[in-house]
Amino acid sequence: MVIIELFSSLTGGCLVKIVVTVKQVPDPNSSTVLEADNTLARDKEVVLDPGDECGVEEALQLKEAHGGEVVLVSMGPEPAKDAIRKGLSMGADRGVLISDAQLAGADALLTARVLAAAIKAEAPDMVICGTESYDGSTGMVPPMLAELLGMPQLTIAKKVEVDGSTIKVHRQTADGYQIVEAATPVLISVTAGIAEPRYASLKGIMAARSKEIKQIGLGDLGIEKGEPAETIEGLSQAETRKAGVIIQDDGTAVDQIIQVLVQAKVL
Amino acid sequence: MAKIWVYAELNQGKLQPTALELMAKARELGDVEAVALGAGAKEAAAILGKHGAKVVYVNEDKAFDDFIAEPATDALAALYKAQSPDLILFGFTSDSRDVAGRLAARLDVGLISNAGDVDAKDGGFVASVPYFGGAKVASMRANKKPAIILIRPKSFEPSESGGTAEIKEVDAAIGADSKRAHIVERVVEASEKVKLEDAKVVISGGRGMGGPDNFPLLEALAGALGGAVGASRAVVDAGWVPYSMQVGQTGKSVRPGVYIAVGISGAMQHTVGMKASKIIIAINKDAEAPIMKMADLGVVGDALKIVPALTAAVKAKKG
Ligand SMILES: Cc1cc2nc3c(=O)[nH]c(=O)nc-3n(C[C@H](O)[C@H](O)[C@H](O)COP(=O)(O)OP(=O)(O)OC[C@H]3O[C@@H](n4cnc5c(N)ncnc54)[C@H](O)[C@@H]3O)c2cc1C
Ligand SMILES: Nc1ncnc2c1ncn2[C@@H]1O[C@H](COP(=O)(O)O)[C@@H](O)[C@H]1O
Repeated sequence: MVIIELFSSLTGGCLVKIVVTVKQVPDPNSSTVLEADNTLARDKEVVLDPGDECGVEEALQLKEAHGGEVVLVSMGPEPAKDAIRKGLSMGADRGVLISDAQLAGADALLTARVLAAAIKAEAPDMVICGTESYDGSTGMVPPMLAELLGMPQLTIAKKVEVDGSTIKVHRQTADGYQIVEAATPVLISVTAGIAEPRYASLKGIMAARSKEIKQIGLGDLGIEKGEPAETIEGLSQAETRKAGVIIQDDGTAVDQIIQVLVQAKVL
Repeated sequence: MAKIWVYAELNQGKLQPTALELMAKARELGDVEAVALGAGAKEAAAILGKHGAKVVYVNEDKAFDDFIAEPATDALAALYKAQSPDLILFGFTSDSRDVAGRLAARLDVGLISNAGDVDAKDGGFVASVPYFGGAKVASMRANKKPAIILIRPKSFEPSESGGTAEIKEVDAAIGADSKRAHIVERVVEASEKVKLEDAKVVISGGRGMGGPDNFPLLEALAGALGGAVGASRAVVDAGWVPYSMQVGQTGKSVRPGVYIAVGISGAMQHTVGMKASKIIIAINKDAEAPIMKMADLGVVGDALKIVPALTAAVKAKKG
C-alpha cells in the first residue's frame, strides 16, 4: 500500500483501486446450444466477454500510468473462474466470483444488485464495465450498477483520461463524441474500441495461477433473490428474409447488380 | 385504461425520432402521457400532443442537458411517485438507456431492454425481444409496476393522430448530488453529405474491405448512387471509420430501398439494423457467409474488384 501510494504520487496519479466487471459468455466464434429450458448452455466453449477484455486492458493501462490495484468481479457459475483467470493472466491483481445456484438465469437488475454488493465491499475509486455483454446485450447492468453504487456514470467511453481525482472520458455519440467528466468514485462503461487487449504472456499465465480468486455466495452478500422483473412466456422463430439468388463474379455480376438497382428505381 | 408514459428524449433542444415512434405504439396500449426534460421541452410538447399525448410533463432545467442520466432519473422518479403510470417506454438509444437503467434500479423494478415490439396482454405488458443470437424471439412479460421497456429505434412508424397535449410544468426535483457526470464539450466528427438514416441507398463496408484506405471506393459508389456509406462494428472498433457510420444493434437502424453489404459477414447484431431494407445486395468472397442467406442478390467475389467496376458502370449508365 505504501509502495502504491508512493508510486501514485510519483506519477501524479491518484487511482488506488479499479474494479472491472467481467462476464463469461459463450465463445462468439463457436455455435452455441439452447437448453430445453431456453437458457444458453454454458458448459463448453465459454470465454471472457470480448468487450470486458477491453475493459480489463483499459484498467491495466490506467494502472500502469497511475498505479493502483485492478480487481476483477464476476457473477456466474464456477467455471466463470476461467474468465477471471484470463484477466489475471493479462495482469489484473485478484478476482472475486459470486456463484450461487439461485442466480441461474438472473436478470439485469439482480445481476446489478449482486455485483453492487460485492463491489461495495471493495470500495473502489473506479468501476469499469463493458457497454453491453456479448450474450445478454441488455446494456443495462452498467447504469443500474452506477445507481446502486451511488456513482456517476461515464458511459460508452472510447477514451479515458485521469487528472487527479477527475476522470474525463470521450463518450461516443451518433455524430462524434462528448467530453464528459466526473470526480471519483465513478463508473465507466467502455466500448470495444477503447483498447486492443494484450495477449497474456507465459509469465502472466504462470503468475495468474497463484493469484487469489475469492468465491462467495448470495448469503455472504446478504441478498434475497426476489421476484424476477420479467418472465419468458414463449419463444418463436425470428422472422427471416428469404434467400435470393447467389451468383459467382464471372464477369456478369456488375450487370446483374445494375439490373437490380434499376428495378429498385435507385438508378 | 392503462396509463402509458413515453420518455420523449431531447438532444440539445431537439426531439429525438424515437419519441414519436414510441407515441405511435403507446396510443394502442392506453392513455398516453409523455415526459420531456431539457431545452426544447415545451416546443416538443406541442408535437407530442399532435401524436396523441394527452398530457406532457415538461421541465427545461439546463441540468438535463449538461449532466448524464442522474437529473433525468431524479425527475422521473419523483414524477412516477406522483402519477404512477403502468408502463414507461424508452427508446433503446445511448442517452435513454443511461436513464432507464438508473430509474429501474432506483424504483427496484427492473426492465426489458432491446425490445422490438410491445403489446398489452392480460392486464400487463409483453415485449418481443431477440433471443439466442437473434434466431428466436422471446415474449417477455414485465412483472413489476411500472413496467419499463426499451424499444429499438425504427420499430414503429410515427404518425399524427391529431390533438393537443395539456402541458404541465413540473418540478425538476434534481437532487443536490446529481450534477456529477458533466458534459463539458460536444465534438462533431461526422460531416455526412447524405444522412445514413434517411438515405435511399446505403453501401456498408466491413472487415472484408481490407483496410481504411479502401473505404473511398465505397464513397465513390455512394456518390454515384446518391447514397450514404455505413459500416460494420468490426471496422468501427478497429478505428477505420467513425462510429456515426455503424449500422446494427449498437449503431444505427436503416431501412433504405437498397442496402449493399460489402465484405460484411452478416452477424445478427449487424443485420438487426438493416434487415428491414427493401432490397439487400451482398458482395462477399464467401458464398457461405450468413449475409448471403438473406440477400436478394448475393455476389461471390472480391469486393475490391467489384466495387470500382460497379461505380464505373453506374456512372456510365447515368451518362
Ligand atoms: C453486444 C454486441 C453488439 C454488436 N453490435 C454491432 C452493430 O451494431 N453492428 C455491427 O455491424 N456489428 C455489431 N456487433 C459485432 C458483430 O457481432 C460482428 O462481429 C460484426 O458485425 C462483424 O463485422 P464484419 O462483418 O465487418 O466482419 P467479419 O465478420 O470479419 O466479416 C468479414 C467478411 O468479409 C468477407 N471478405 C473478406 N475479404 C473480402 C473481399 N476481398 N471481398 C469480399 N468479401 C470479403 C469475409 O468473407 C467475411 O464474410 C456487435 C457484437 C456484440 C457482441
Ligand atoms: N454476470 C456478470 N458478471 C460480471 N459482469 C457482468 C455480468 N453481467 C454483466 N456484466 C457487466 O455489465 C456489462 C454489460 O452487460 P449487459 O448489461 O448484460 O449488457 C458487461 O460487459 C459486464 O462488464
